Amino acid sequence: MFLAFAKGLSITFKHLLPGHSTTVQYPKVKLQMSDRFRGLHRLVPSQDREKCVACYLCPTVCPAKCITVESAENEKGEKYPKVYTIDLLRCIFCGYCVEACPVEAIEMTGAYELADYNRDDFQLTKQRLLK
Amino acid sequence: MMPEMLSLSNSPGVFIGVMLVKILAVFGVTIFIVAYATWWERKIIGHMQTRLGPMRTGFHGLLQPIADGMKLFFKEDLIPAQASKLSFVLAPLMILIPALITVAVIPFGPDLHFGNFLIPQQVTDLNIGVLYIFAFAGLGVYGIVLAGWSSNSKYSLLGGIRATAQMISYELAAGLSIIAIFMLSETLSLREIVFLQQQDLWGVCSFVPNWYVFSQPLAFGLFFITGLAEINRTPFDMPEAESELVSGFCTEYSSMKYALFFMAEYANMTVISAITVTLFLGGWSAPLNIAIFTMIPGFVWLLAKVFALMFFIIWLRATFPRVRYDQLMFLGWKVMLPLALLNVLITGLVVVILQ
Repeated sequence: MFLAFAKGLSITFKHLLPGHSTTVQYPKVKLQMSDRFRGLHRLVPSQDREKCVACYLCPTVCPAKCITVESAENEKGEKYPKVYTIDLLRCIFCGYCVEACPVEAIEMTGAYELADYNRDDFQLTKQRLLK
Repeated sequence: MMPEMLSLSNSPGVFIGVMLVKILAVFGVTIFIVAYATWWERKIIGHMQTRLGPMRTGFHGLLQPIADGMKLFFKEDLIPAQASKLSFVLAPLMILIPALITVAVIPFGPDLHFGNFLIPQQVTDLNIGVLYIFAFAGLGVYGIVLAGWSSNSKYSLLGGIRATAQMISYELAAGLSIIAIFMLSETLSLREIVFLQQQDLWGVCSFVPNWYVFSQPLAFGLFFITGLAEINRTPFDMPEAESELVSGFCTEYSSMKYALFFMAEYANMTVISAITVTLFLGGWSAPLNIAIFTMIPGFVWLLAKVFALMFFIIWLRATFPRVRYDQLMFLGWKVMLPLALLNVLITGLVVVILQ
């Protein structure tokens, strides 16, 4: 019995010795995110416009129904998204939109510090997504 | 002319002045230890659980006790509508004051020469010092019971009831384990007990002091364990038992009243360490009778020993789970009490044979 007590005490004491902490001092030190981490979305730009061709595959596949797309035609006769909004408060970061996109126009970045002060600030418009 | 003990009758003015200085010093040091024991405990337990503990307030969280105090001070002070108001307010004081008052009889150094007087480094040298400690330890449980009862909540009441049962079972064994010390020292004054412990070990070994832990190891173990149970520390924190009783007797408390309970817990921890050190580990005396060690002032040794014991108590908390209630009772009545009685019996036999 006493041997078991001593064993337990020695285990906790070993952890007390320096170099056993696994804590990351978060706001000061940040972990390197994996390349496949599903963070904030980003619309990929091409030369003069976004890559997106407004095919409606991403709002169709989105399980949380958080993507709003309205298509239009520009002067060259190409389809483009007049409105492209992601409601971050509904988004579940599943990445299906990225998988569904036929032209690789949407991707997910490593950004995960998404807190904000207003509910309206979570409606990501096309301009913000293109950054 | 032999220096005489400074007292109220031979020099009232000096006596009161010296007394105030001693009280302020002891109280200040105790409050400081209590405040920083919270930080220390969180740090040690954190590291033992491969965390870091508080890090953000000041250097390695050193300002954490102040931040905690500020936070609790500005919290809303709630008294439940159905609570018994007077006893609800009284209970935190009834648990903190006995804990702080007990420090008064702990000696922290040899007598000082001041003119023609001797000043003991101790707030007051009661000739019944140990009885006084036990009296106030017994009073402390009233605070817990009162807090549990007056909150008018089932968790608090259960916590209070557990505290009573625990106190009754463990105070007996604690008292009995101490009796063996008195059979050796033949005095109840803590000052004289420390002086006796400075002599040579069993009158033979000149450089090792006669600490009672060497002649009474069983009593030391019993007193330390029962002490843990009396101050409701893990693994005997049944009255608080946050996984069963929310927070036990202090469930309904908030703000400064909760802070008082918190302070009382750490004050009790400090006090039980100080008492154990004074009774068994030579109090303020040096661990070896060598010149280098005896040159260091007494309060340094006392604090070092108290901190070592407090570290051990915190270490126990990080290691062992809480005992079950029936295990607690089994340990108290069927293991501790018979062992303490046996210890008294053996000590008595040895003392009689050696006479």
